[in-house]
Order: sequence, then structure tokens, then C-alpha cells
Amino acid sequence: MCGIVGLFLKNDALQANLGRLIVPMLATMSDRGPDSAGIAVYAPPKPGSLRLTLHGQADPLDAVALREAMARALGASVAVEARSTHAVVTLPEGSLEAARAWLARERPDLALVGYGRRMMLFKEVGLPQQVADRFGLAGMSGTHAIGHTRMATESAVTTDGAHPFSTGADQCLVHNGSLSNHNALRRELRRQGLQFHTENDTEVAAGYLTWRMSQGLNLGQALRAALSDLDGFYTFVVGTETGFGVLRDPIACKPAVMAETDDYVAFGSEYRVLVSLPGIEKARVWEPEPATVYFWEREGDRVQERAA
Amino acid sequence: MSDFDLSQASLRELNQALHKLTAESNDLMWRVLNPQGRHAIAAGVDAPVSIEIEGNVGYYCAGMNQQATIVVNGNAGVGVAENMMSGLVHVKGDASQSAGATAHGGLLRIDGNASARCGISMKGVDIVVGGSVGHMSAFMAQAGNLVVLGDAGEALGDSLYEARLFVRGTVKSLGADCTEKPMRDEHKSQLADLLARAGLDGEVDPGEFRRYGSARTLYHFHVDNLDAY
Repeated sequence: MCGIVGLFLKNDALQANLGRLIVPMLATMSDRGPDSAGIAVYAPPKPGSLRLTLHGQADPLDAVALREAMARALGASVAVEARSTHAVVTLPEGSLEAARAWLARERPDLALVGYGRRMMLFKEVGLPQQVADRFGLAGMSGTHAIGHTRMATESAVTTDGAHPFSTGADQCLVHNGSLSNHNALRRELRRQGLQFHTENDTEVAAGYLTWRMSQGLNLGQALRAALSDLDGFYTFVVGTETGFGVLRDPIACKPAVMAETDDYVAFGSEYRVLVSLPGIEKARVWEPEPATVYFWEREGDRVQERAA
Repeated sequence: MSDFDLSQASLRELNQALHKLTAESNDLMWRVLNPQGRHAIAAGVDAPVSIEIEGNVGYYCAGMNQQATIVVNGNAGVGVAENMMSGLVHVKGDASQSAGATAHGGLLRIDGNASARCGISMKGVDIVVGGSVGHMSAFMAQAGNLVVLGDAGEALGDSLYEARLFVRGTVKSLGADCTEKPMRDEHKSQLADLLARAGLDGEVDPGEFRRYGSARTLYHFHVDNLDAY
């Protein structure tokens, strides 16, 4: 059992409140997933910059030392914001590969959990409210956020096993369920050049969508393809730089409730997750259909539901 | 009329108060405010009481109901009225999966849609759905009636026993051992009674429905299957 929450804002005026809106949703899902929690937050991009989220052992990470060492090595201006065991590193877009190589060589103790123009990704072991507090999630702003509370069944309770999983720039995926063909698919995707860091089934689903999108498919089309290639139980919520997608397997054992108003699209494993959202009493509330792709995209300052 | 506000008092207090009610209790009209999707609201009630719930409810609302009339002015989560024995449960919105699961008696009316597995293993309940039902509805349904004014999803009535299924719209596919049966006058009059009990008297024509039931080839012993034992 796991819990999923997601919030995709349509009304820019709510962006400053994104963290305050999603933390109670995450905390409500402690009942479905008390052993670890994680969240991806998409903040407005800084022109010409990328954000790397790193995970280490120290709490807090030494931001000053990391910033100085990276700036020196990359010969570029670098900003580092430590949040508990994680750090968000902001650096020039062109420095990504150099930064990855430097991290692998000089700081193998730091894991790159996600990167992109907008996405920051935080995950830790512990009760969801405690995880949210240690990262200061309530104070974060942005356009969309996707969170997960985990009750582990298939692999160990570790930070690496916590969701979301990110396998491409600004891409993240959370999963309630279990896949049955992930080993074969992981081998196939490795042959296609993808790298995997865990034995976790969800990482394979994330990698699969990354691979499909690298072939030119949009998120909705990639999710549609997943229906034929992924076998098992799943409710997925997926984020991209500008998109928000939902997919349930054809059997649809894993719960899902959605709500939409003029201000947001929201997802919860149960309706309880959504009750703290503004205007929920008047929202359109529905259960997403099995084997049906739901997909929203932000274009400029407008959000549109798209057909897959 | 008693108002019970779930933002002021706990769900356990509500259910304990409801469990104490008998036919002789003074107040048999209850209203529940701010349900906020909580699970097991008004589960296990056994008294001729009327309960209105003002908002969306979570899992197993009105589960095991006996005698009570429970109205949900909103949507219901998984397993509404599961294992109901008698009484009436009326969901004004949509219901999630497994609505009326294993229920033995009473009437479950859903004005909106019910998702997958509506009436799974039903054992005598009558279920009337104003909208459509999802896949695997009436799976292993043993007795009672499932009436669907809209459409039915895949594998309707899979491994069906003796429950009767009436669908007004399309059926995406029939499950194993479920078959269409002729809609004779006796079935039309049974259906008219059911619709009347659900408060839909005269709103739809029983002649617009098709009837489905068990082909009775799965659950009777067949000598060709001897090798399986």
C-alpha cells in the first residue's frame, strides 16, 4: 500500500502557496505509507540555469564547502541551498555534464536524485509530516508538485527506494502498485542505453517513460504506450517540466481520486487527501477510469487538458 | 433531528452513538456534517434510523447496514454498503469500486456511476445504478438484482451464480458463464417493482432493459470435468 498526492496549479496566484497546500495532503497519506515519503516540486525556472538535487548523509549538507568546490571546479557561478540531507545546486545549463563528472569523481557520497530547469526532488525515510518538516516543504512555491508516501513491499525501506523516481530532466514518477515485468524491461532499457540505480520496479517505469519521451513522444503518448508494455498493478502520477499525467492499469485495484477547479488539478489516493484544498466543495471530483490516460500541459500561462 | 459535526467530534463517537440506537430511541433522524472522506462512516448501524451525510465519504460507508436509511449527499469511496443486510443506502453522487460487495439484503441506490466490481459477490441485495458500472461488476454474484440504467464495463457477471442483471445501455463484454436471457413479462414486472422501490417509478421503461444471468455451466458439476478432481 502507498499513498499518492499531486497538485498542478492553473491559477498563478496560488504558486506561492504550493507547499502549504500539498504538505497536509502528504501528511494525510501517512495511513497508507508511514515508512518514507518524497516529493518533487516544480518551481519557475531561472533563465540559463539548471537545478540539481543531491542527497547525502550529513544533515544538513555543508552548502558553503560544496558551493566553493563546485564553483572552482566548474569555473562557473554556483548556488547551493541545503535542505536537511539534500541540497539544491543551481548552475549554468551548459555545466551539467561537467558537474556530474565532478560529483562522481570528487563526491561519490552525494547521489544525484533529480535535475532539470524546474524540478527539485526530496525524499527520506520517516513519517510523511516529519519528512515534510525537515525539508521545509511547506514554504516552497511552484507550479506543480507530486508526492508519495511509501509502505514498502518489494524492496528495502531506504531513501533510494523512496519515490518519486526521476530518470530524466524535469521528469518524475510516483507509483502505487507493483510491476511484474520490470526485470525484463530493465534489461531491454539498459540495452537502449538507460542507466538504473536500484532494483526497484518503479524506477523501471520512470525509465520507460523517459525512453519513450526521448523518442519524441509527449507525456500522454508515452503513457499510452506504457499500457501495452508495462505489466502489473499501477496507479502512476507523472510530472514533466510543464505536464502532469495520470494512468491506472486496466484492472485498477489501486485507488485514485481526482479533482479539478479553475485553479488546479489535484490527485489523491483517497478523497481525504483533497479536503483541505480551497474550493474543493465545488470541484469536479471523479475517479480516473482504468487504462485511460489523463494529461494536462501548461502552455505559457495557460493549462489545458490534452488528449493522449 | 440530531446534527453530528465530524469536524467537532470523532468518527468513533459518531459510530458509537449510532450503534446505541434502537427502534425505541427518541431521535431517529440524524444528519452528519463535514464527513471529509473519512472511512467507515455509519458502518454497523442496526436500527430503523434515518441518516443524511452532507458531503463525500471514504471507504465502507454504511457497511453492514441493517434497517437504517442512509443517504450520502456526495460521492462514496470503496465498498459503500458492503455486506448490507437490510435497509436503504442512497448515494446521490458517484460510488467507487466494490459498491454493495457481498451484501445480503436491502436496497443500494447510486444516482451517478459506480466504478469497477459493483455488486461483487452480492448475496441478495438489490442495487440500482442511475449511471454506468465499471468492469467486473456482479463478479460471482450469488443472489439479488443489479439494475444499471447506463452502460456496463468489461466482463459483466463473470462466474455468476443466481443474481439477475438488468442493463439499459451497452455491455462492453460479458464475463465467463454470463449470458443474455429473454426479457419476459414477469421480468419486466420484477424490474418495474425494483425501479419503483428505488424511487424511479415511471422514469424509465422496463422494456428498454436487457436481462443477463448465469448460463449455469460453471458452478454445476459436469462429468467432462471429472479429471480435474
